[in-house]
Parts: sequence; structure tokens; C-alpha cells
Amino acid sequence: MTSILPLTEPAIAARAATDSDDASAPPAAPRRTARGSRARRVRYALTVLAFLLPSAIPLTLFVLTPMVSAAWISLHDWNLLSPMTFVGLDNFAGLIADPDTARVFGNTISYIVGYLPLVYIGGLALALGLNRAMRGRNLLRGIYFLPVVTSWIVVAIVWRWLLAPENGVVNGVLGFLGIDGPGWWTDPSWSMPSIILASAWKDLGFVMVILLAGLQSINTDLYDAAKVDGAGPWRRLISVTLPMLSPSTFFVVVISLINGFQVFDQVYAMTGGGPAGSSQVVVGEIYDLTFRYGSAGEASALSWMLFVVILAVTVVQVIGQRRWVHYA
Amino acid sequence: MREVSTRNRATRILIAGVLVVGGLAMMFPFVWTVVTSLTPGANLGSPIRLWPENPSLGAYETLFTERPFARVAMNSLMLAAITTIVQLFTSATAAYAFSRLPFRGRGIVFAVYLATMMIPLQVLIVPLFAQLRTFGLLNTYLGALLPTFATAFGIFLLRQAINQVPRELDEAATLDGAGHFRIFATIILPNIKPALATLTIFAFMGSWNSFLWPLIVLRDPTLQTLPIALAGLQGQYTTAWDVVMAGSVISVLPMLAIYLFAQKYIIQGVASSGIK
Repeated sequence: MTSILPLTEPAIAARAATDSDDASAPPAAPRRTARGSRARRVRYALTVLAFLLPSAIPLTLFVLTPMVSAAWISLHDWNLLSPMTFVGLDNFAGLIADPDTARVFGNTISYIVGYLPLVYIGGLALALGLNRAMRGRNLLRGIYFLPVVTSWIVVAIVWRWLLAPENGVVNGVLGFLGIDGPGWWTDPSWSMPSIILASAWKDLGFVMVILLAGLQSINTDLYDAAKVDGAGPWRRLISVTLPMLSPSTFFVVVISLINGFQVFDQVYAMTGGGPAGSSQVVVGEIYDLTFRYGSAGEASALSWMLFVVILAVTVVQVIGQRRWVHYA
Repeated sequence: MREVSTRNRATRILIAGVLVVGGLAMMFPFVWTVVTSLTPGANLGSPIRLWPENPSLGAYETLFTERPFARVAMNSLMLAAITTIVQLFTSATAAYAFSRLPFRGRGIVFAVYLATMMIPLQVLIVPLFAQLRTFGLLNTYLGALLPTFATAFGIFLLRQAINQVPRELDEAATLDGAGHFRIFATIILPNIKPALATLTIFAFMGSWNSFLWPLIVLRDPTLQTLPIALAGLQGQYTTAWDVVMAGSVISVLPMLAIYLFAQKYIIQGVASSGIK
């Protein structure tokens, strides 16, 4: 990225370099006596523990432990009630051979590919628009945030009705413009776009809030310096705002990818995975396997496959961040 | 000079116009929800109205007299408040460790934390249920609360914020003899108010709207939470849409109030941040 701010770029780069996640040596004082330094190390270790335990205990008991249990269940044939039968990796082998598995992963990925750019660009535009001084700014922010706080039960009712093929508002407007609107959630090729549209609408406010918080932490001196250098609004966006927003952007992208792979509520509430399985996603399949087909073993196996995929994508993200995320 | 300022003005008005029109489009479904809640005997097939036909608060009355809606709302409020306070504490302390306390294996521990965020709730339901049954925590508020006490989401969010607090501030405090607990309380927390406000909203919202887990743990009707009661309404009355929509309106209002409150803090927090 070319910079119009030669003074700040090396500073940012230097900060990014020292900011890596690697466990660098603790700021110890090795020049003390052996006893002093050991007491110090123990004290430091206790400090670290004091900061970590409040979160480590609940995460271990209520996320990691059940997750390991799920791995154990995935090696069994189990309907939640009768005793478990050990089947080894049969559940995994069965899933890999089943074309439905590839289909639900494919649907999930197309959801992410459609959703992410839509919600990020929309959220960025809103954040930029609502970051400037204007009357009623807080009210407008509240309005755009309204869908975020609404449960999917309510949102799905509204969107099914907005996108109704016969008498829905959206097709009414399209008809007025001379366009023959599709059968949104009744047509297999449009069911996923419908879900993407409703999801992006619901989550715009979330992205807006994260990016607004990011925008407000940008030092205004940078803009003044850019203006002195003769940068126009577009140039300031590209060379100041976007690089300085990179931590917030990173956050939005990581969270959206993880949530995208876990997409479920809206599919469940809007289409139930139909028509003809065209909008069935991975978590929907996990849910159906567990609660509809009573196949907890297969469901747990699919969960683990999903988890490994999400993990891989996130690790790539976290490693890749060093190339483009700057911390001020 | 003058031409530039007129063009600026036109741009500003255009942007404001687009934002307002977008806002109206955003509000429309909610206006419809409110209108439906005020229309006795409303059904989804009826034509779209922006004003109720025979406006009445009957649906709201039904909720509070014929249904234990006040109790249910209190349950939701209490669970959400406790979840939020505990999550703010566990997230802030962990985020501080991951940002400011280097230790061997920190990268790996952080990766494990992040990994917990990637596990879909649906995956954990069966083992968690069995686990809480063993501890005798089914049908208790504690059982509903415990799994919500720490989230990698909050830790990740606050760590991003703490990473942006200049280290020079900590170093200055260290020279003044402050230890990590003091730096955390007096330097870091005041400087990440926007992120804390953001987490407050999301922790509260997550608990307030959560459906699957409370449904499984809290079987006793007096322990139920709002979304479950809402879902129950849809079956009970062969879907009296005015009552469902009234419940929806009530379920959205507190969230909106919290957002408007926390939004103020986001702005204040930035104004009072250490370095400008």
C-alpha cells in the first residue's frame, strides 16, 4: 500500500513487528540474584494465572470438555437413548462418501461468499456516513442497529413476507419496475440468495458498530497531515482510514467467517433448509442428524469435520493478519 | 472557494438523504410489527397497512394478564445482566493477559481460546446436557448461566482494543511503580471503554435472544425466558399474530434502550481516551 504519510508508515511497521503473538521473553530482570529472580518469576506466573483463570475455568468445563465428549460420541453409533456402540471411524467414512456432505458444505461456502462482501461494504458505508457530524446521527445509528438486536424468529417472519413470491413487497416493487421477481425462498436457485439478503440486512448494524468504534479511535492528526499533503477524500479513505481500520476489519472478517460457517438460525427459521435441500447448511444437517434422525454419532462426526474446517480457515487468517493488520 | 463549499454542502445533504431513506427502509419491518401488534385479529394474509384498522392494546394486555409474561421478562433480564457482568470481567482479564503478559506457550493458549469460538453450540448440546444432569444443574438458573460465563468472542474483541492502547502508557505507569493489576484497572480499562460498551451490547443481546440452550435447560415454565415464551405463543393461540407481534415488540425494546445507552459511552470513551 503506497503511503502519503512517509513519517507514520515506518512507525506502523515497527509497531506491527514488535506486536507479534510470539511469546517473547517476559520482561524479567535476569541481573538479580538467583533467589530474587525466582521469587519474581513465581510472582509473575501467579499474575498471569490470576488474569487467565476467570476465563479458563468456564471455557475448559463448558466448552472444551463437552467438545472432547463430542469427539468420543463421533466414534459411536448412538441415538441419545440406547447404549452407545463403538464403530470407529465409520461415521466419518460414511459422511465422506455421502454427496449430501459436499452439498451442505458447498451451500455454507456460497452463503459466506455472498454474505461477507455485502455486509462489510454496507457496514463500512454506514459507519463512514454516520461518523460525520449530522443532526439525528444517534437516532439513525439506533435504527440501523435495530435488526441486530432482534431475534431471528421475528426477522424470519418479516422477511418471508417481504420476499413472498406472489404478494410480497419486494416482488411488488420489482413488478412496478417491470421486472418479474423470482420465487425467492420457493425457488431452489434463489433460496440461498434470500437468506444472504436477510442476513446481511440483519447484521449491517453489527459491522457498522465495530467499524464506528474503529473509526473513532483513529488519531485525527493523521487526517490533518493527509490534508496538508493534498490528499482528497478518496485518497484519505484508501491511505489513512482503511489501513487504520485494519484491526476492526480483521475482527469483522474473522467473526463473520466463523459465524458464516455456523450459519443456522436464519436458515432454520426462513427455509428449513429447503426447497429440496437447496439451502441446507452444515449446522442444519448436524441439527437434523441429531434431533430428527436420532444419529448423534454421525452428527458429532460432522461437527468435528466442520470444526476442523473453521479452525483451518481461522489459523490462515491469524497467520495472514501480519501482512495487512496494523496496530496503532 | 464558494463553489467548493456549495458542493460540499450538496454532498452532505445527499449522504444524509441516502442515510435517512435507508433508515426508513430499515424501520419498515418494525413499523409493520408494531402495527400488527395493535391490530386485533391480525393475520399474515391481510393487506399491508401502515396504520392499524381498529387500534387496540388488547394483545399487550393478553400477554401480561393471561400469560406469565412479566415473570418471563424478569427471568430474561436477570440472566442477561449476570451474563454480561461476568463476561465483561472474564474477557477483560484474559484479553489483558493475551495482550500484555508474555508467557511461554501464549500463542498456543490463545489459539485454543479462539478454537472454542469455532465450535457450534449445536455440537455441544448433547454432552453439555449430560454434564449438567450429572451436576444436578438442570432446571436451575445456574445451569443456564454457567456455559455463558466466558466467550472467546469477548476476549478477542477486547484484545484487539488493548493492542491499540499505546504501550508507552503502561511503561510510564510502570516507572511510577504500578503493577499489572493497577495498570489494568487504571490505564487499560479506561482506554478501552468503546470496546467494553460494544461487548456489553453483544453479551446482553446474546443472552437475551438465546433460544436453544435455555429451552433445553429451563423446563419449568416459571423459569422460562422471553424467546421461548414467544415461540410458545405461536403454537398456543393457533398463532394470534397480534399477540406474537406484541411479544416481539416487548422483546426488542430493552435491547434498543441498552444500545442507546451504551452508544453514548462509546462516544464518551473515545473523548476521554488517553492519547489524542
